Amino acid sequence: MGKGARLGLVLALFVAAFGLVTYAVVAYVVPKPPVIDFAAGHSAGTPVDLHLQVVGSLGYGPHPTYVSYLTMNPSGKWVHTTRWDLPANTQVNVTIDQYDSGSPLRNQYFGGVTGTLGGKATLNGKSFTVLNANNGAGVGHTFTMPALGVSVPLWGVSSTAKNACNQAAPCPSSAAHEVVKFSFMTPGSQSVGHTYRWQCFVPCGLATVDGNGGPMQAIGYMGGFMTVEG
Amino acid sequence: MARRQSSSPDAVSNKTHTARLMGMWVPLMVVTELVFWFVLQPHIPPGRQSDSAQGQQFDITVLSMIATPVFELVIMYFIYSLLVWRHPKGAPLVDGPPIRSNMKIQTAWMVITSAMVFGAFVFGTYELVVPAGAGGGEGPNPIWKPSGKVLPVQVIAQQWRFTYRYPTLGGFETSQLVIPNHTEIAFHVTSLDVVHNFWAYQLGVKADANPQSDNVAYTHTNQVGRFTVRCAELCGIWHGAMYNYGHVVPRAQFSSWATSTKARLASNTKNLPPFSYAGYVPSANGAAGSFYSPQDKFGPLETYGAATPTS
Ligand SMILES: [Cu+2]
Ligand SMILES: [Cu+2]
Repeated sequence: MGKGARLGLVLALFVAAFGLVTYAVVAYVVPKPPVIDFAAGHSAGTPVDLHLQVVGSLGYGPHPTYVSYLTMNPSGKWVHTTRWDLPANTQVNVTIDQYDSGSPLRNQYFGGVTGTLGGKATLNGKSFTVLNANNGAGVGHTFTMPALGVSVPLWGVSSTAKNACNQAAPCPSSAAHEVVKFSFMTPGSQSVGHTYRWQCFVPCGLATVDGNGGPMQAIGYMGGFMTVEG
Repeated sequence: MARRQSSSPDAVSNKTHTARLMGMWVPLMVVTELVFWFVLQPHIPPGRQSDSAQGQQFDITVLSMIATPVFELVIMYFIYSLLVWRHPKGAPLVDGPPIRSNMKIQTAWMVITSAMVFGAFVFGTYELVVPAGAGGGEGPNPIWKPSGKVLPVQVIAQQWRFTYRYPTLGGFETSQLVIPNHTEIAFHVTSLDVVHNFWAYQLGVKADANPQSDNVAYTHTNQVGRFTVRCAELCGIWHGAMYNYGHVVPRAQFSSWATSTKARLASNTKNLPPFSYAGYVPSANGAAGSFYSPQDKFGPLETYGAATPTS
């Protein structure tokens, strides 16, 4: 091997090693799944709109079969994440487009609506406080933030629906879905900097132990964080 | 324990050394025992919110009071040896006197330590079951039961939250744990998935939550106030977030809470499966999970008496 070739090899290895280290550092520093900031530029007292959708399978990435939440960012683009920064002491108007099917609940407690403004939610425009998961399509998922006492069941799409979403996420609004709306208040300024976990309480991780593995234990799929910002 | 013979130049007899040590140890022991009993005891965890908590506080106090004098004697003997029997400055380096056994001291040491260990064994065994199982989970058929009336509360653990069901108050299920003061409580702890553990810290109650099983733990509430409930069995990604606060409230306040909660949750209570002490009988099909196998006896018919319940 000539001198030039050896020098080239060493340089190439150095660049590769440097690249790997840089990748490791960046991957560690940059949050994944990404955090969507709803607090930046927020004027106090105005509500924040949080638009989510639930899909039966994500259709891409390392776990295409996982059931997942998605979040619409402020510029109207669907992002595969469950992590948000929200301003303190603010009304959050949540809209969830539910594209997944449902079933009876393992714990029907989560059929009830709790912790929302007015203690209720709407399903396709109709107000409700309890869903009986034992009837009809059943409950597909829940949106639950235990520390704030917020919990809302998401009714499932009928298994006989003709135009069920069968594409990679995001699902188009033309596909069969249920629209659930509710509002809750973020905690006050004393909670600025605090992070609240939320999760789905339907064991929807199919083919995992008790249905609570896979997407149920992967941040960005069936659970995430809300961080309260000042 | 062998003692140094009194052949040292200062010619202080062993009796004098013993008298000096005892003269320091006995007053110190008396003071620390009194401090432990009267000053520290009320602050020793888990507090006095229930009889089981108070029992645990008493146990820790007693064991500390047994151990501390021994600790003090050993440390005191070390310090005394360092100060009194150290090599004098300028004295020639000579080997110390031979160490011989002392039958009296050895016998006393064996007898005293054996008595202490055996005493701790008897005391510990007794305290483990008194009062009424000492706040531990006793399984579905408790041996140590309280006398008189109990308020049953079913504790339902699941990944990753506790909910609570009150079978004698209409069977409602809530995420709030509220219990009345001066009342015997029977926690019926169960799980809907993996093994969790119901740990009500300030109540001194700790019981495993196993699926399809009823683990009973008793306690008698003595003080109003807040207590912490934590899952104490590693159970998955949100295990660390699996906690909530419970409240012991005056009886009248409990009644009004129960009445209003029962009314508020009535529309969901009728959708719950019938109450069962055999554990929480889950929904008809187990809602997407492999734990409840097809052979599971909790099918829709067994649970509701119909394919779907009439609401
Ligand atoms: Cu889910
Ligand atoms: Cu747990």
